Amino acid sequence: MRLLDISLNNLRRRKGRMLFLSLGIVLGVATVVALISITVAMRADLEDKIDQFGANIVVLPESDELALSYGGVTVASAAVDVKELTMDDAARIRTIPNKANIANVAPKLIGEVDVKGSSAMLVGVDFPSEFFVKKWWKLDGEAPSGPDEIIAGSAVAAALGLRPGSQVVIKGNEFKLAGVLRQTGQQDDNAIFADIGRTQKLLGKPNAVSLIEVSALCRACPIEEITKQLSDIMPGAKISALRFAVKSREETVSQLMSFSIALSIIVVIIGALIVFITMLSSVNERTREIGIFRATGFRKLHVIRVILVEALIVSFGAGVMGWLVGMGGSWLLGPRVANLDVNVEFNPWLTAGAIGLSILIGLASSAYPAMRASKLDPSEALRFI
Amino acid sequence: MGLIELYDISKLYQSDGTEVRALTDVELSIDEGELVAIMGPSGSGKSTLLTILGAMNPPTTGQMLIDDIDVYRLSVEQRADFRHEYLGFVFQQLQLIPYLTAIENVMLPLAISKHSNKEQQLMATAALERVGLGDKMKRLPSQLSGGEQGRVAIARAIVNHPPIILADEPTGSLDTHTGEEVMQIFKDLNEEGLTILIVTHNPENTRYTQRTINIRDGRIVRKGATKCA
Ligand SMILES: Nc1ncnc2c1ncn2[C@@H]1O[C@H](COP(=O)(O)OP(=O)(O)OP(=O)(O)O)[C@@H](O)[C@H]1O
Ligand SMILES: [Mg+2]
Repeated sequence: MRLLDISLNNLRRRKGRMLFLSLGIVLGVATVVALISITVAMRADLEDKIDQFGANIVVLPESDELALSYGGVTVASAAVDVKELTMDDAARIRTIPNKANIANVAPKLIGEVDVKGSSAMLVGVDFPSEFFVKKWWKLDGEAPSGPDEIIAGSAVAAALGLRPGSQVVIKGNEFKLAGVLRQTGQQDDNAIFADIGRTQKLLGKPNAVSLIEVSALCRACPIEEITKQLSDIMPGAKISALRFAVKSREETVSQLMSFSIALSIIVVIIGALIVFITMLSSVNERTREIGIFRATGFRKLHVIRVILVEALIVSFGAGVMGWLVGMGGSWLLGPRVANLDVNVEFNPWLTAGAIGLSILIGLASSAYPAMRASKLDPSEALRFI
Repeated sequence: MGLIELYDISKLYQSDGTEVRALTDVELSIDEGELVAIMGPSGSGKSTLLTILGAMNPPTTGQMLIDDIDVYRLSVEQRADFRHEYLGFVFQQLQLIPYLTAIENVMLPLAISKHSNKEQQLMATAALERVGLGDKMKRLPSQLSGGEQGRVAIARAIVNHPPIILADEPTGSLDTHTGEEVMQIFKDLNEEGLTILIVTHNPENTRYTQRTINIRDGRIVRKGATKCA
C-alpha cells in the first residue's frame, strides 16, 4: 500500500461524500462555462444582428462638387461631370476576398422628378436588399410586388395626398402606390422609392448608381480591411465606413462582455468559498484520522500528500463534470433562453480553463486545511483517548 | 539504565486562560521487556503520561530518554520518524481508518516505508494472524465487532516490529471475555520481548502485568509494586 492507495480507497469507498464535496465545484464551473459560452455565442449573434441593422459602409462616386444629400451622406450632384457608379460595381462588391462578410448590398439611384406638379426625390432601389437593410421600415399597405409598384415616405404621401392603392404618374409612366412608409424621422420620409431598373430608365441613366450602401459583418475582420478591399476593386469611388455604426456596435458588445465577466468572477468567488468551507469542515472531520496517520509516524508532508492527491482527483473530476454540465446547459438553454441563432461552440480553451480553474480552487481550498491539520500535535488530534 | 527514562516530567495544559496541571514531577524508569499497567482515577493524567511516552505530547518541563535518545529535543518531523521506528499505539476506540479494510489499516505504518507491496502484504497478514484475525482481513472496520477492531489495532501496532507498545484502555469498551483475550495477546507479545505499557481502569487486568504504576492528581503514588508473572 502506498500513500496514493490511501487517497484512492477514500475516494472509492466514500463516493457519496466525494460527490457532495465536488458539488460546489461542479456548480461553480458549470455556471461559469455556461455563462461564458452563452456570452460568446450571444456576442457573435449580436454582432451579426447589429451589422445587419443598417449599412455600415457607403460607396460614393468620386466628385468635387457636393449637392444632393441622402441619409446624412452627401451625394455627388448628377449635373457635374463625375464618373458615376454602375450596377456592375454593385455586383463586384460580392467578389472581394472578404465576400463572406458582406451581408447586403443596396445600390441606389437618386433623382428629382415631378409628381402632381411638385418636385420630389425619387430613389431607385433593389427592394429586397432595401427591406433587408432597413429592418425598422413599417409599411401601411403592402410591399411592392413588381417594378410597376412603388412606395412613398410618409411626408411625401401626406404632401401629395397619396394613400396605398393610389395611381401615381411619374414622367408619363403610371405606377401603383403599394404602400406608405410610416414616419421614420429620416430622409426616407421625403422620398419615393421605385425599382432601380425602372428608375434608371425614367431618369435616362441606364445602369447608373448614385450610391451603394453595404452591410458588412465585421465580427471576423476589421471594417478597415473591407473598406480597403472595396477601394481596390473600385479605384474611382469614395468608400466611407460609418464610424458611428461600428462604434455603437463595439460599445454594446463590450458592455455585454464586461457584464458576463463580472458575473463569472462573482460565481467563481462564491464557488471557491463553498469549496473552501466544505474542505475545511471535511478536514476537521478527519482530524482524528490525521492524528492516527501522525501517531504511526507519517510526516506532515505524507499527510498533506494524501489530502492534496484526493483534492486533485476530486477537483479534476468535478471540473470535467462542471464543464459537461455547463456545455450541456448552454447547448440546451442557449437557443431557448437567450434566443440565439448562433450555435454554442466547443472551445478547447474554455475546457482547459474550466478544468484548470477547478483544480486551482480544489487545491487552494484544501491546502490550508491540510497544512493546518498536519501541524496538529497527534495527541491533540487524538483527544478522545 | 532502563529503556525508557523520565526525569522530572511536568505537564501544564492551557485551556481558556486557565492552567491545568496534568502531571507533576514524574520520575519513571522502565526496563526493556517489562509489561506495565498504568492505573488511576479519571482525570489523573494517565493519557497525558502515555502520550508523552508516545513522543507526541511535549512535556512542559523535564526530559525523556528512550534508548538514550532525548526524544523531545528532536524536531517535530524527527519525532514522527522516531514513532515510526520505536512505537506502536493502541487506542481505546475509533482508531481505525473507516475507509480502509482491516489489512489496509494494518499496512498503514508500512505505507511510508520502503517495503514492497508483497512484503507489506506478508507482514500485515502475519500480524493479523498473530491476533487471530486471518480470516477477516478484507473487511471494513464497520463490518467488525469492537473486539475485532481492537485486535486489528494491535496488529497495526506490531506490524512494524517496534520495541515498545503503548495502549490506552485497550479493553475499556470490551466485555470481560474479549478483554481477557486482548490482554492475553499483550502478554504473549511481552513474552516475545516487547516492552508494553497499558493504561487501564480495570484492576483485573493487573493479573497479566508485572508492575503497576498508580497515578493520582498527576503524581505517581506507589512505584515498583512488582508481582510475579
Ligand atoms: N489538551 C488538553 N487541554 C487541557 N486540558 C487537558 C488536555 N488534556 C488533558 N487535560 C486535562 O488534564 C488532566 C489529565 O487528563 P488525562 O486525559 O491525562 O486524564 P486520564 O487519566 O487519561 O483520564 P481518563 O481516565 O478519564 O481518560 C485532566 O484534568 C484533563 O482535563
Ligand atoms: Mg485517558
